[in-house]
Amino acid sequence: MSNKVKADVDRRKMSKLAWTWYEMKRNWVGYVFVLPFLIIFLLFSIIPVIATLYLSLTQYNLIQAPKFIGFSNYIQLFLNDDLFMTGLKNTMIFAVATGPGSFILSFIVAWFINQLQPKRRALMTLIFYAPSISGNAYTIFAYIFDKDSKGFLNSWLLKLGLIDSPRLWFSDVRYIMPLCIAISLWMSLGTAFLSFIAGLQGIDQAQYEAGAVDGITNRWQELWYITLPNMKDHLMFGAVMSITGAFGYGDVVTTLAGNPPQEYVGYTLMHHFGEYASNRWEYGYASAIALVIFLLCFGSNILVNKLLKKVGQ
Amino acid sequence: MARVKKLRTSNHRVVLNRSRGGDIAINTVLLILGLIMALPMYLMIINAFKPLNELFLYPPRFYITSPTFDNLKSLFTLLGTTWVPITRYIFNTVFISFAGTFGNLFLSSIGAYALSKMKFPGSRGMFKLIVYSLMFPTTVTLIVAFIIISKVGLMDTHWAIIIPAWGSSQGIFLMKQFMEANITDAVLESARLDGASELRIFWKIAMPMVKPAWLTLIVLSFQGLWRTGESMYIQSEQLKTFPCAVNQILAAGIIRSGASAAASFILMFVPIIVFVILQSKVIETMGSSGMKD
Repeated sequence: MSNKVKADVDRRKMSKLAWTWYEMKRNWVGYVFVLPFLIIFLLFSIIPVIATLYLSLTQYNLIQAPKFIGFSNYIQLFLNDDLFMTGLKNTMIFAVATGPGSFILSFIVAWFINQLQPKRRALMTLIFYAPSISGNAYTIFAYIFDKDSKGFLNSWLLKLGLIDSPRLWFSDVRYIMPLCIAISLWMSLGTAFLSFIAGLQGIDQAQYEAGAVDGITNRWQELWYITLPNMKDHLMFGAVMSITGAFGYGDVVTTLAGNPPQEYVGYTLMHHFGEYASNRWEYGYASAIALVIFLLCFGSNILVNKLLKKVGQ
Repeated sequence: MARVKKLRTSNHRVVLNRSRGGDIAINTVLLILGLIMALPMYLMIINAFKPLNELFLYPPRFYITSPTFDNLKSLFTLLGTTWVPITRYIFNTVFISFAGTFGNLFLSSIGAYALSKMKFPGSRGMFKLIVYSLMFPTTVTLIVAFIIISKVGLMDTHWAIIIPAWGSSQGIFLMKQFMEANITDAVLESARLDGASELRIFWKIAMPMVKPAWLTLIVLSFQGLWRTGESMYIQSEQLKTFPCAVNQILAAGIIRSGASAAASFILMFVPIIVFVILQSKVIETMGSSGMKD
């Protein structure tokens, strides 16, 4: 790094601003390299969030210019929109069940798999990971939980005498939420799971040997004293993937239970957003809903990251 | 007399802190969980190869007596009757997947190289923004993305799906972390002293060193794009994707259940095969996926 500071430029003699300017000029190629990505990234990830924040304070139908109306959309949402409250409640239930659920499941399964021999490890990784990349494979659950008495599960349960009349499954308000959560968990061992597997494999074996010398006598102590502290960075990444994912399972409900589902059980903020954005063309109001989802998701991410940072400190 | 505990060995190596009982318990739990995970996938696969009379057997069976390719055939006959030929749907999906994946791979790699190895003023801030964007739910970007796409005149073209995919932040995040962990600055410095341009160093030195990472980016980006279904940007039937065609068959209900099982099978088969081929590279890349400050 020493050759970075050439003889004719002495950092100590420059003001901070001048130094920054010098560094910027010296690295102009770097800016050219990130620029193409950055433009598209800003255009489709960052600007939309800021613009949605503004749009949520307006009345907007895409045709006329947005009309500024202050916090009316939010007041309407929280005071006069019962369906929003239903959606909010269900979104929270979904997030609380599938976010930590998928995080913990991913870690435990990854930890178990890591203790297998390499060949079995690869096979088990594939089995647990496959549902998350199989596109619409979860539609198979419509076949398994068919409400007809000749449906897959019903016919077996009837034959075995476990039920005496067919269950309605996705049309029964008692089953919609638990089933959708279970299916979301089934397909939630994705990027976080792979990250955990890789993180576990990356821990230096010498640490475990040293641990054994120092008196660690079983795998649980190993997990607590060696594995988890070593995995902190991966756990943080996994948490982000699990939490952000947990706010995006609305499609499962739509496909399996319909939109809106029976008595709005399982109706999430994503459905509410879709209703106002695609059906009613009330983009200001839809933006307010999107921003609520954003705050919930981003907020819980930041919170969990703060908590995880404290692990092992 | 002190009793020396006998150490467990496997493959002539000592196994520390692993009780046999615990191994059995873990294997059992994994086996049960694995069966639960695999059962729906298994049903999906066998349904694709069950003849119609077995599909409607009561109670349904967990195995096939006479496997058949009839479902796949009937899928393609069925899709031959639509006014947009099936090959067109498949072409659309393949085109979107490839263009989106390679654009994302190139922009992410060159961007990640600059962010991890050139360290210019603002690079840390940019990376922080990328990390934060991993925490954004997609819903929040939809409306404004829609407005932008229509303003730049990409409505009803494949580019409306492809170009936003180029700016996906997961790829650049993984690539940057991997480059940070696997490319030593000394190699780059010596190339710089030899007078190589940054573009040349990136292409000839850095990229070959991060092969697992770009294969991983291909896998992840491809998985996401391959499943692109009904899109708010695309109205013309001849521009729609294969999953859209599949959904139309699924929506037709029980009569076409053979064909729809076959269609779902094809949809899930491709990303799984891609993953199986590149699994070890993906895991290697994920090794540096941790979120460091």
